[in-house]
Amino acid sequence: MISIKQDQGNGIIIGSFVLAIILTAWPLPDWATNWRPAWVPIFLIYWCMAIPDRVGIGVAWFLGLLLDVIHSNILGQNALGMVVIAYITLNSYHRMRVFPLAQQAVLVFAYLLIYELIMYVISIYTVNRYLDLTYWMPAVTSMFLWPWLFVLLRDLRRKYNIT
Amino acid sequence: MFQRRASANIRLVLFSILSISLMFVDQHKNYLVLVRSSISTVVYPLQYVVNLPFQAIEWASVSLVTRKTLMEDNERLKKDHLLISSKLQRYQVLEAENQRLRQLLESSFRLNDKVLVAELIEVHLQPFRRQVVINKGQREGAYNGQPVVDATGIMGQIIHVGRFSSTVLLITDPNHALPVQLNRNGLRAIAVGNGHEDKLTLVHLPNNADIKVGDLIISSGLGRRFPSGYPVGEIEKITLDPSESFAKVIIKPTAQLTKSREVLMVWPYQHINSMTEEVAEVEKQ
Repeated sequence: MISIKQDQGNGIIIGSFVLAIILTAWPLPDWATNWRPAWVPIFLIYWCMAIPDRVGIGVAWFLGLLLDVIHSNILGQNALGMVVIAYITLNSYHRMRVFPLAQQAVLVFAYLLIYELIMYVISIYTVNRYLDLTYWMPAVTSMFLWPWLFVLLRDLRRKYNIT
Repeated sequence: MFQRRASANIRLVLFSILSISLMFVDQHKNYLVLVRSSISTVVYPLQYVVNLPFQAIEWASVSLVTRKTLMEDNERLKKDHLLISSKLQRYQVLEAENQRLRQLLESSFRLNDKVLVAELIEVHLQPFRRQVVINKGQREGAYNGQPVVDATGIMGQIIHVGRFSSTVLLITDPNHALPVQLNRNGLRAIAVGNGHEDKLTLVHLPNNADIKVGDLIISSGLGRRFPSGYPVGEIEKITLDPSESFAKVIIKPTAQLTKSREVLMVWPYQHINSMTEEVAEVEKQ
């Protein structure tokens, strides 16, 4: 009984992550690339919050590794960031669930700042590049995106009864 | 509840250590090439999907051209072809002569580089970096560090090879440096990318160096990664500051780094192997 329930909706979860990765790789005009939301991390935050027993640190690590290859970063960079995000979310999902959407969005903003800070610190050692303020923009756009994404994914989750 | 938290803590530590050691190994050693290439094979279908609409648009724009434009194109291409073949005739004579002279000098002569046309895949990689993905990989014999050029100049080099695709680091990436020389007087320098689309910086050129705006910069072939003699860029701006010991030189790449859809992968230095063997033999003796 439990195992049947646990398996339900794996396709939806995987599909949503695939969509997130496609959105990450989608080419945008130059002015917009720095504003692209951090798709995979926010999808991860949602699933960690909604079904913490199924999506957790292991999944986060694997997704991070995929991102590393896609971005052709040093292996382990995104993986570390994603693991930390998953950990924070797993420790706060009780509170997050009862927050109003706006407050949730601010929390997501804070989590993504932590993520980007980790990325930033690692890239100091691996890449010589000049970063300006737009480096932090994905956190902002993700914050504004969060309420819509939350409602969308919640409806999807309820429809397919994923717990 | 507490048990779950404890296991989350353990996992955090475990996976963090795993990530950090991965980073360390990837930064300093070469062991992870296989891991990366196998993951990139998994990721390639996604990149392919992302590329599809752009391919469709291009296909549509090719198949919807009018007869008139086609005829004009044809006319123009015929003229170009005539012009280029006449130039090529001269070039062939020169090449034969060059080879003969080199044989007289008993230096190894340069074979023609083997090339393969690859297509760019329209995927976004990372802001603040200059990298592109091409649709040729291990299957076609791509290798790490392989030079990539387009019709007008050097574009970059391959840094990660997957089974069906590879990642190319463009010469404008801040992590890229390219040994070059001035075509006019053979002065050697290094062209470093700085993340801007159409700018490279020439470093370590003294203030009194013989350089002029408009000078053609070509690859010098030092470092044995890039073939020598391919155009890299033209000097766009020279800033001489007496308080600095080096001139600040900006060059504009000749390759169409942001516009080319098709690129050439080059297998250079077929003679270099024999040369290194010779060197090794000499060293042994």
